Amino acid sequence: MRQEAFESRHADTWATFERWIAVLAAPRSRRGPDDDPLALISKNFPAMYRKICHHLALARTRRYSIGLQQRLNQLALDGHQHLYRTRTPFFTAIGNFLVRDFPGTFRKQWRFMLASTLMFYLPAVGMALAVVAQPEVIYSLLDPVDVSQMEEMYDPANDIIGRERGSDSDIQMFGFYIYNNISIGFRTFAGGLLFGLGSLFFLVFNGLFFGAITAHLAVAGFTGTFSSFVIGHSSFELTAITIFGGVGLMLGYGALAPGRKTRWQAIRSRARDGLPLIYGGTLMLVAAAFVEAFWSSTAWPPLSFKYAVGSFLWVLHIFYFWLMGRNEP
Amino acid sequence: MLLDTAYNIGTPEGVELRLPVAGLAPRSLAWLIDALIKSAALTVLSIFLQFFGNLGDGIYLLIVFVLLWFYNVVFEIFSHGATPGKRSLGLRVMNANGTPVGWSGSLIRNLVRFVDVLPGCYAFGCASVLLSKQFQRLGDLAAGTIVVYAPKTQASGRADSTPAVPLKTPMTLDEQQAIVSFGERASLLNEERAEELASILTPVLEGADRARLLGHANWLIGERSGS
Repeated sequence: MRQEAFESRHADTWATFERWIAVLAAPRSRRGPDDDPLALISKNFPAMYRKICHHLALARTRRYSIGLQQRLNQLALDGHQHLYRTRTPFFTAIGNFLVRDFPGTFRKQWRFMLASTLMFYLPAVGMALAVVAQPEVIYSLLDPVDVSQMEEMYDPANDIIGRERGSDSDIQMFGFYIYNNISIGFRTFAGGLLFGLGSLFFLVFNGLFFGAITAHLAVAGFTGTFSSFVIGHSSFELTAITIFGGVGLMLGYGALAPGRKTRWQAIRSRARDGLPLIYGGTLMLVAAAFVEAFWSSTAWPPLSFKYAVGSFLWVLHIFYFWLMGRNEP
Repeated sequence: MLLDTAYNIGTPEGVELRLPVAGLAPRSLAWLIDALIKSAALTVLSIFLQFFGNLGDGIYLLIVFVLLWFYNVVFEIFSHGATPGKRSLGLRVMNANGTPVGWSGSLIRNLVRFVDVLPGCYAFGCASVLLSKQFQRLGDLAAGTIVVYAPKTQASGRADSTPAVPLKTPMTLDEQQAIVSFGERASLLNEERAEELASILTPVLEGADRARLLGHANWLIGERSGS
């Protein structure tokens, strides 16, 4: 069949399909009353799409002009994109995620979670012991200026214990914590691509830092002010960092031990497996920033109350990751 | 051998969809445009927010965070896989199987961007784009995404109403297709260039010029009004 005959025979089909694609691609506000995309998809769309694919194959074997081939290629591609895209209702997805996917994935990947937890807390404990035994060890890690700043901040001799401040600086700190902490979390994850080394670096480095500061302030006798500030958000923040590190280690493990896949395939599937943990870790760091900015810094509650709330949050975390989402629907 | 950057996607329907993947230069330009847009937005914002003191600082940092990590994600999901920079260069991101990029793909490719930037100036990312088959940076490889040219819709068949001229010289299919392609593209060329291209055929087709080739092209795709 000559191209022109082919074109004139099927022009209507193509025009109709083009119109459907336009309907599907249009934002909801610009759709007509009869243009329900799902009804369209479920009715004629698949048959029409296969017809277009057939025409494309014909056009190629019969060597019709490049322009016609490109047009059909484009139509088929658009159809492919609309037919095979995945749709999940947003709120159902979030609910499922919180009660099932996040803690479930955490348990499923427990080896990586455990490894990253150890890689964070072992250096922390080691450093803390070192600082207790030999207080000047901290200067191998921190500037003397930073150390004295830290001391000043948590000195119980301050007029105001903790960091009492106006609500505008609460929001300032909230912005800072979001920007700084979540960026650290994302980097801890992404660094895992370098055979896990990046994640290990961030985990150990932050662990050392955390251990050194805690021990230093304890030696200085500032434990009360420091730990009452930290305990509120620590459950969210430390757990989230170890989660990000753990997913980073998953990537690194995929790169190092791909098994029967190619290296990139292994990395891709590990990244997909770890994705719920990334989402969850991000949520936890947002929560941490919120608690840190608006609760940890308040000075009015008695110390015992802050300890109680902080401990309660830790217990909540343990139960959440231990028990949540064990019943498969 | 066909020397182009076409990427083929096999579909369940048994046809291959063809897409040209985008290389380092257009992607860098798109990145540059996005960077300019982001920094312009931040500059305007910081001028405005400086009147709000600490509160303004906090909001500024929140916005820096969102722009830094989620600018690309949001545009890739809600704007057909293209940030403004990509859109202006006619590029878009999609999954390697040809479906639109979703939250998971977009998030992974943009978080791994941190590694692409290392050790400076996107060195890892550029090396990866240059070395990988489909011009993917590390984030693309980890997420299974590709960056392609969003095909421009092109008029097909004959754009010209030159009457058909029967082609008497025997020609292979490839040669015939070349003439038809010439017919399609002639309107995009200026007249001198079209004549120059047409004259290449003089040894085979006596007196070949632009008008005659257009006539042949129309005859080849099927018009028979003259005969």
